[in-house]
Amino acid sequence: MNRFAALLDRLAYEPRRNAKLRLIMDYFRHTPDPERGYALAAMTNALMFKEAKPGLIRGLVEERTDPELFRMSYHYVGDLAETAALIWPAPGHESVAPASAGTPAIGHNNPPPHVPTLTEVVETLATTSKSDLPAKVAGWLDALDETGRWALLKLITRELRVGVSARLAKTAVAQLGGMEPDEVELIWHGLEAPYEDLFAWVEGRGPKPESGNPAPFRPPMLSHPLEDEDFEKLDAADFLAEWKWDGIRLQAVAGHDGHGRPVRRIYSRTGEDVSRAFPDLVEALTFEGAIDGELLIVRDGLVQSFNVLQQRLNRKAVTPKLVAEFPAHLRVYDILTEGGEDLRDLPFIERRRRLEALVARIGDPRIDLSPMVPFGTWEDLAAARADPTSVGAGPDADAIEGCMVKRANSPYLPGRPKGHWYKWKRDPYLVDAVMMYGQRGHGKRSSFYSDYTFGVWRDGPRGEELVPVGKAYHGFTDEELVKLDRYVRNHTVNRFGPVREVEYGKDRGLVLEVAFEGLQRSTRHKSGVAMRFPRINRIRWDKPAAEADRIETLEKILERGEKEVHPLKDQEA
Amino acid sequence: MALRSTDILTQTPQGLYCPLGDFHIDPVRPVKRALITHGHSDHARSGHRAVLATRETLRIMGVRYGEDFAGGTQEASLGESLRLGDVSVRFTPAGHVLGSAQISIEAGGTRVVVSGDYKRAEDPTCLPYELVSCDVFITEATFGLPVFRHPDTRAEVRKLLDSVALFPERAHIVGAYALGKAQRVMALLREEGYDRPIYLHGAMERLTEFYKSEGIPLGETPKVAASERSKLAGAIVVCPPSSIQDLWSRRFPDPVTCFASGWMRVRARARQKGVELPLVISDHSDWDDLCRTIRETGAGEVWVTHGQEDALVHWCTTHGIKARPLHMLGYGDEGEVEEAPQAGGDA
Repeated sequence: MNRFAALLDRLAYEPRRNAKLRLIMDYFRHTPDPERGYALAAMTNALMFKEAKPGLIRGLVEERTDPELFRMSYHYVGDLAETAALIWPAPGHESVAPASAGTPAIGHNNPPPHVPTLTEVVETLATTSKSDLPAKVAGWLDALDETGRWALLKLITRELRVGVSARLAKTAVAQLGGMEPDEVELIWHGLEAPYEDLFAWVEGRGPKPESGNPAPFRPPMLSHPLEDEDFEKLDAADFLAEWKWDGIRLQAVAGHDGHGRPVRRIYSRTGEDVSRAFPDLVEALTFEGAIDGELLIVRDGLVQSFNVLQQRLNRKAVTPKLVAEFPAHLRVYDILTEGGEDLRDLPFIERRRRLEALVARIGDPRIDLSPMVPFGTWEDLAAARADPTSVGAGPDADAIEGCMVKRANSPYLPGRPKGHWYKWKRDPYLVDAVMMYGQRGHGKRSSFYSDYTFGVWRDGPRGEELVPVGKAYHGFTDEELVKLDRYVRNHTVNRFGPVREVEYGKDRGLVLEVAFEGLQRSTRHKSGVAMRFPRINRIRWDKPAAEADRIETLEKILERGEKEVHPLKDQEA
Repeated sequence: MALRSTDILTQTPQGLYCPLGDFHIDPVRPVKRALITHGHSDHARSGHRAVLATRETLRIMGVRYGEDFAGGTQEASLGESLRLGDVSVRFTPAGHVLGSAQISIEAGGTRVVVSGDYKRAEDPTCLPYELVSCDVFITEATFGLPVFRHPDTRAEVRKLLDSVALFPERAHIVGAYALGKAQRVMALLREEGYDRPIYLHGAMERLTEFYKSEGIPLGETPKVAASERSKLAGAIVVCPPSSIQDLWSRRFPDPVTCFASGWMRVRARARQKGVELPLVISDHSDWDDLCRTIRETGAGEVWVTHGQEDALVHWCTTHGIKARPLHMLGYGDEGEVEEAPQAGGDA
């Protein structure tokens, strides 16, 4: 475990991809089986155990420390596993223990704690019952040092996040034997941790493992945002357009195993197998090939908003009731393989024909085609994007977040190749609001006041008052974050744990131009509205707080519904 | 009857003030009479009419601000009591940086100790902290959260030496505060047997020379010449924290960015600064030492000047010690220490 922890620690601080690759390869070279195989499984999220809940860690820490000190520490550090790793007291330690705790047990006859290997941890996790888990984890935490505890907690909560993708870890394995990462990718899904056969093959000590997976994931093709200056360089005649659906990108793959039994899998865009979450969709994969599309919720032929989709994604257990209430739908826009034939080198327009034919053959209402948006000039497309209903999007317009613009002759290229696919999102709504509270952030913004609650004016019982309408924690640069953080610290009037209330009023306060994607009525918010994807568009250091927007501005957006796409932006322009 | 602690010490916009003795301690604005605990610029500012401090602290202020930094100065000898108005005052080593001292104020049978910044860990560049029992203890809380437990300093320095051995083709740029931390890192490197020259950013030069003139052996510490930077493969270079991400540091061969600070305990802090090799070395007390010191002083009342005051106040309260946060402005606020290190940051 120590070696693995040291690797994760180095990776977490290493920004350069090639250096990460060297570190991982070096670890694989110098770590024996099966330890390194479990490390590979951890980095590719392929370990088979039920992740520990944050509640388990919280519970263990609160048993040994003052919960109030733990809470303050967590707000400061901004990461539960790291806080727990740092605050974890050595047995008998007193300065973090609750004052009421009895005499700590210092003298005992137990042997010194045994530092576990990664293999032991993984094997124990796979076989330990939920009720025995806390005691096991506590024992490991006692035995490990701060880095070891951090790595252990990240591992068991499945939150490694050290900037290593599954792809990078597989690339490191491939490079051990001078191979291309795709060679590993193609056999990957037939393999299991601790991957001794895989390491034997890349190191030239064993045969190539059988590809047990007739439905492998292939890296998807991604797009670039379309910038204003692109229109001059790009000829509209070379491109085709589709709607950009506000859903989740999926790859659906179907094939047959060695015994002729169908194998159907659904992958996320990062290659995670999410089939279990969508049994209703898996059922519909009655073809042989790989298709690329958007997961949507469609009820009675109507595409539901992203809010509705989220309600299905948030559930852990997939019950028949959930499936009936939130029926999964795949709206497809590309095809990668069909019947064993790799179509990725064909031009997009050719693949589109193959896809149309395939969807017609599947003939299942749960899988349909993302329609093309006809246009002659960029101006035509701008008009369609501004008002999807006008070009036949009909009631689905709510689930459209702009256009995808694709070069007609583009092959299907993995990654984000330049000059092929573009996304042209619709313009956001904008509102000028006043900062009311700042809260400490998490992750890389830990201990900066980086989450801002902002409000707009409304008539209150004692005249005009600010009512909070949302909270945003991105949209600004790192330099702006430093300034906003300083603003919060220098204008604090009240402190509530990790939250500080700042000065605001008619003659004081900071105006934030907030961009957001949509509004919903909400009973949970004082203002009665909830924003979707709010972010700080600009900081209006120059604008007096009294001139910020009023709640009526938001009410109007609500009333106009989400069909009108960018009213405020046009007014300002 | 014993005096109330607030008769001895109160809070004013200038900083802590002793009405009975008519002086301020570490005032943030110019005052008539200032007692200074140590030379970091958030505590030791120029422009006071009269300054009382240890000889080393006065010298440091002279190096930083020029010899005319105050109308008049008076040296405080460690351990000796001085009469100021109706109180008696004594300076005692605080173990923070060279010349740093705690200031005890006594009147009518009540003793208040203003500790300034202090640490209990070993430091080859200054006198160790001396415990002073008291009724009211005034403490900082820069690292006043139980996630801050400073590790063994020598192991941190060895981490740096291991990395130098592993990457002999790269320069190691170590960010460290110009007063105290930089010299402590250099002294520790020498103690670990590193005998090659340690290169200095220009901003570190005068204070380092001052430390050497006080008899602290730091070995050969040449200033880096602009033309030399690209040739310093394998060298250790010490610079102010603000320079580690500067263009200045990019001129070195494939630099490894290091930062010696207690903040490096928290990963996000290290990453926010783009640090590749965090070195957890602090001149402040960690959580355990803050708690231990409060206990050992026997104080029944604790005031927390700056830093993570809420957690330390909570700890005192739950351990039967009266405590209150002063929320003092002008001393290294957690973020400010890092953002504006020249303005007195010293974590």
